Amino acid sequence: MSLNRKDFLKKAFKTGLLLFGGSSLFEVVAAGELVKQKGPEAARSIQWAMLVDIPRCLEAGECVDCIAACDRTHNVPHIANKKHEIKWIWKEKYENSFPEQTYEYIREDIGKGEVMMLCNHCGDPPCVRVCPTHATWRRKDGIVMMDMHRCIGCRYCMAACPYGSRSFNWSDPRKFIPEKAINPGYPTRTKGVVEKCSFCNERIDIGLIPACVEACREKALVFGDINDPGSNVRKLLQKRFAIRRKPSLGTEPHVYYMI
Amino acid sequence: MFEKALRGGIKYWSAVLVLALVILVGFIFYLNQLHEGLAVTGMSRDVSWGFYIAQFTFFVGVAASAVTVVLPYYLHDYKVFSRITILGEFLAISSVIVCLTFIFVDMGMPFRLFNVFLHPAPSSPMFWDTVVLSGYLILNLLIGWVTLGAERKKTAPPSWIRPFIYLSIPWAISIHTVTAFIYAGLPGRHLWLSAIIAARFLASAFASGPALLVLFCLFMERYTGFKPGRGPVKALLVIVTYAFSANIFFILLELFTTFYSGIPAATHPLVYLFMGLHGFKELVPVMWVSVVLAIISLILLLVPSFRERTFFSIFAAVGVILSIWIDKGFGFVPAGFIPNPMNRITEYSPTMTELTISAGVFAIGLLILLVLYKIAISVREEV
Repeated sequence: MSLNRKDFLKKAFKTGLLLFGGSSLFEVVAAGELVKQKGPEAARSIQWAMLVDIPRCLEAGECVDCIAACDRTHNVPHIANKKHEIKWIWKEKYENSFPEQTYEYIREDIGKGEVMMLCNHCGDPPCVRVCPTHATWRRKDGIVMMDMHRCIGCRYCMAACPYGSRSFNWSDPRKFIPEKAINPGYPTRTKGVVEKCSFCNERIDIGLIPACVEACREKALVFGDINDPGSNVRKLLQKRFAIRRKPSLGTEPHVYYMI
Repeated sequence: MFEKALRGGIKYWSAVLVLALVILVGFIFYLNQLHEGLAVTGMSRDVSWGFYIAQFTFFVGVAASAVTVVLPYYLHDYKVFSRITILGEFLAISSVIVCLTFIFVDMGMPFRLFNVFLHPAPSSPMFWDTVVLSGYLILNLLIGWVTLGAERKKTAPPSWIRPFIYLSIPWAISIHTVTAFIYAGLPGRHLWLSAIIAARFLASAFASGPALLVLFCLFMERYTGFKPGRGPVKALLVIVTYAFSANIFFILLELFTTFYSGIPAATHPLVYLFMGLHGFKELVPVMWVSVVLAIISLILLLVPSFRERTFFSIFAAVGVILSIWIDKGFGFVPAGFIPNPMNRITEYSPTMTELTISAGVFAIGLLILLVLYKIAISVREEV
């Protein structure tokens, strides 16, 4: 088959249209499960958000089910050297998570307790602003994504993230995942790229909730569309008082912490 | 003109050889880093930029400082600089190459670096930095080569080069401003989140760059056939004095705003640098070396009877360069990450691998500088 330049361009254009149309169609259908089929316009205004019920999480004590589920699902390596850790969802002391919302005589259970940390999937993410290659970007449904195939490993996003939510692969992460533990359904990463929590975009796209939320037996993690007034997250926010990390920075974090 | 770089004495060739060896050793260590990943450096999840990016920052300043000789000569027809302007331009060329190489060795995925041009992101200062740095390199290569070529033929530089020279002046300012913007626009990094960073960068650049030129001029005066004379050195030292004073003034402004307002998160990195924070004080001694050097150098520069003596001017120039290098090339970058967003402290110090690779990059810069200066000097000796 021979192609002249004009034909090639035509075909390339059509294929492009198909791919572009196809991908948005996929997003609408796939996210449908969670948003109860509200049509393409509604899909565009989805904003996924997570609520962390701090007291309920604390009741579970040493439980790390959510972390284990996430690490297993996403092949997150366990690296002993703290300096090279990869963390998607992890526990951090309240006073370290909310340094500006703590004081000496704070209620002990919360003030000295630990809370879950993960990417805030900001409405105005500084990491996306600074990325020199669009390797990290914000999806229409608010998920801040990472393209590990485009990332050049400059780590500017890590400097920009005011939440410490990003990890860099200082060495080959595969060395730190036991062969048996590898989930073949999710790609492992290479050295030299940045990664972080993806709100389980791969699960959301097929109508599932994030792995950490699913794994939490205490139901201390709640996930939903915060733009939908009827959603579970919106209803809970009307009942419970919640705070966000570093709201003064204007990043519009979408992880809420219920006190 | 390049043939001049191929004819030299034993000293020239042994310098070339030594630098080539250092580059080779650095390259071997770089291959190891490429193989193992950046885990061979001292950087961490918390301090994710270190020595490489700090050197990049310092050398953007050296590159930008060419403007301190270009501007007086071309805009004000300041004849004293007529014979050393080329030294400034060539210093800019080698510095920009050092900067770009430091960016390259800092990348986790260096072979994807061209993604910056393949998927340009105008919202990122880093994208703009690669644009302005490449542009600045091209401008200086063009200007340096054309003006030196004209000098060799004992003619005036062609008039078409003028617009490029004028363009190179604001362009020099732009490279360091954009470099400052890499830091100064990040929410939550309090040491960096300050409008004075770009001004501080420029002031320190216009002190450290000419100070380097002073050393080069004095070196050439003594060891080569090209004698710049006392005039340019004297004028350069005046520039160093003003710029260095401005730099210290800007730092004091920063200290006032930070400590008088007393906002804890803003004070932490500076307390860490100069006093230590929660028992972590790795950088404190070296930061005080920077302060002491700054004070001594400033006194030597301000008092004319010191400034005009070669011995003291060498001391002052070295002091200024070291003091600024510690501030910009050592403290500023890691301290921006301390404490981390979780208010925890992870300290940073470069590893041997990191330092060896950096030595290799310095050697690349020095080799380029040596070759370019050799050409310039040979042309001068001929004319």
